[in-house]
Amino acid sequence: MAKIIVVTSGKGGVGKTTSSAAIGTGLALRGHKTVIVDFDIGLRNLDLIMGCERRVVYDFVNVINNEANLKQAMIRDKRLDNLYILPASQTRDKDALNKEGVERVLNELSDEFDFIICDSPAGIESGAMMALYFADEAIVVTNPEVSSVRDSDRILGMLSSKSRRAEQGLPGIKEHLLLTRYNPERVVKGEMLSVEDVNDILAIKLLGVIPESQAVLNASNSGQPVILDTESDAGQAYLDTVARLIGEDVPFRFLSVEKKGLFKRIFGG
Amino acid sequence: MSDHSFELKGSLFPLSVLYCQDFSVAALQAQLQQKLAQAPGFFHQAPVVINVENAKQIPDFIAIKQLFVELQLVLVGVCGANAELKKVAQQAGLAALQLSKNNGKTPEAAAKPVAEPAPIAPAAAVVTAVVENKLIEQNIRSGQQIYVKGADLIIKGTVGAGAEVIADGNIHIYGSLRGKAIAGAGGDSSKKIYCYNMQAELISIAGNYWLSESLQGEFWGKSACISLQDGQLVLAELF
Ligand SMILES: Nc1ncnc2c1ncn2[C@@H]1O[C@H](COP(=O)(O)OP(=O)(O)OP(=O)(O)O)[C@@H](O)[C@H]1O
Ligand SMILES: [Mg+2]
Repeated sequence: MAKIIVVTSGKGGVGKTTSSAAIGTGLALRGHKTVIVDFDIGLRNLDLIMGCERRVVYDFVNVINNEANLKQAMIRDKRLDNLYILPASQTRDKDALNKEGVERVLNELSDEFDFIICDSPAGIESGAMMALYFADEAIVVTNPEVSSVRDSDRILGMLSSKSRRAEQGLPGIKEHLLLTRYNPERVVKGEMLSVEDVNDILAIKLLGVIPESQAVLNASNSGQPVILDTESDAGQAYLDTVARLIGEDVPFRFLSVEKKGLFKRIFGG
Repeated sequence: MSDHSFELKGSLFPLSVLYCQDFSVAALQAQLQQKLAQAPGFFHQAPVVINVENAKQIPDFIAIKQLFVELQLVLVGVCGANAELKKVAQQAGLAALQLSKNNGKTPEAAAKPVAEPAPIAPAAAVVTAVVENKLIEQNIRSGQQIYVKGADLIIKGTVGAGAEVIADGNIHIYGSLRGKAIAGAGGDSSKKIYCYNMQAELISIAGNYWLSESLQGEFWGKSACISLQDGQLVLAELF
C-alpha cells in the first residue's frame, strides 16, 4: 500500500512542482518506488521539470477515460529506475478529472508503489480538491510572505474538512510545512516572514526550509530535479527534507545569512 | 461528484440585522453612511436583513432597496414583520424571514441602527447547530466558519486570520485569535470572549464590534477578556 502525499499550497507559483519533482526523486534515491502524478491539468509543468516532456504519449486524463492504461501512460525516469511520472494533459481542462476515476487510478498505483506524490494545481477549486482528497499526508508549500501563509492556512482548513479522511471520520491527514524560496537576508531586513513567524501562524510540523536559489532555475531549465544537484544549497535542503519525511532527525540548514556562498554560486563555476 | 451538481439544501448563514424605527430613506441613509464610514470595507456587499418590528411608518421598500444598492449593501429581506408589512415587503421582492426566539430581541438603543450578525434558520451542512456547548480541539483555518447556536464555543487551538467563530453564547479560545470572533450573536449582551492571545480582525458582542485598529492597545498579542459594559466593549485582563 502506497503512502499518498499531496503537495499543495493554495497560492500559485510557490514551488509545488519544483518540490514534487525534488521530493519524488529524493524518495526514489532512498530506494522507495515512487510515482509523481501531475494534477495540474491544462498546464503540464512536471514533465518539463523532470525532463521527460518529449516522452509524453498518453496522460492522466487518458487513463481516467480508459483511453490508455497506466503502463502506457506512466513514464519511467531515465536516471532512476524506481521513479515514474504520470503526466497531466495539456489539452484538457481542469474539470477533466472525476473522483471515481482518480480513486481507481490511485488504487491501481497503490498496489505497485511505496509513495504516490500528487502535484496539486494552485487554487482551492476542483483540481486542487481532487489532488488532496485521497491523501494520507500533505506537504503544504509556503513562501515566507503573508498572502502565501494565509492561503496555506486556507488549504489546511480544506485538508481537515474536505478530504476523504475527514469525510469518513478516519485519522486526519498528516500535515507538513515546507517553507520555500527562503531568503535569510530579506528576513533580517524585515521584508519576509521568518521561519518562526510562519511556524507560529500555521502551527504544523516543519518539514523543510528551501532557500531561494539560482540552482532551482538552472535545474528546471535543464530538466533535472534540483535534488540531483547535490552541491547546491537547494539540492541539499531537499535531501534533508526527504530524510525528515521518512522519519530521520536532521538539523535545519540555510536559515541564516551566508554571503560568501551566495557570491560564489553566482560568479564561480 | 456528478450527483451533487444540482441540489437544494438548507444552510445557515450569518447575516447582519438592521434594527431601526425611522425607515424614511433620508434617515436611513444618514445612519447607514455613518455606520459604514466606521468600518470601510467590512460591510462591502454584506447581506443585510432589516428588522421592521418597531417601524413607525410603512417603509418604502423599493426606495430602501435602491439605497442599499447605492451603499453597496445587499438587502436580503425583512424580519419581525406583521402580516401587512410582510405583504408589502414581498411585493418589493424581499424575503420575509422568521425571527427565531433567540435573536428576536431588539436591543435597548433601538432608535439608532445597529448592525448585528444573526443567524437565519434552518440548520445546515457547513455550520453546525447544537444546543450544548461546542468544544473544538483543532485550529480554525482561514475561510472556515464555526457557528454555535444557543450555546458557548470553546476552541482549543488557534483561530486563523480570515476565519470566523460565532456563538450565541460565550467564546473561549485557548490559542491565538487572529480572525473574527462574534459572541452573543443572538443579541445577549452579557456574553464574553476570552482568548489566550488577542490579535483579532474583529470582535463583536451582541452586535457591538471593534475592528483590529481599535484593538491595538495594551492587550494586543496578550491574553484578554472582552465584555460589553453599558453598550461599550471593554478589554480586561484574563487573570
Ligand atoms: N527555492 C527556489 N529558489 C528560486 N526559485 C524557485 C524556488 N522554488 C521555486 N522557484 C521558482 O518559482 C517558480 C514557480 O515554481 P513552481 O512551478 O515549482 O511553483 P508551483 O507552485 O508549482 O506553481 P503553480 O501554482 O503555477 O503550479 C519557478 O520559476 C521556479 O523555478
Ligand atoms: Mg505547479
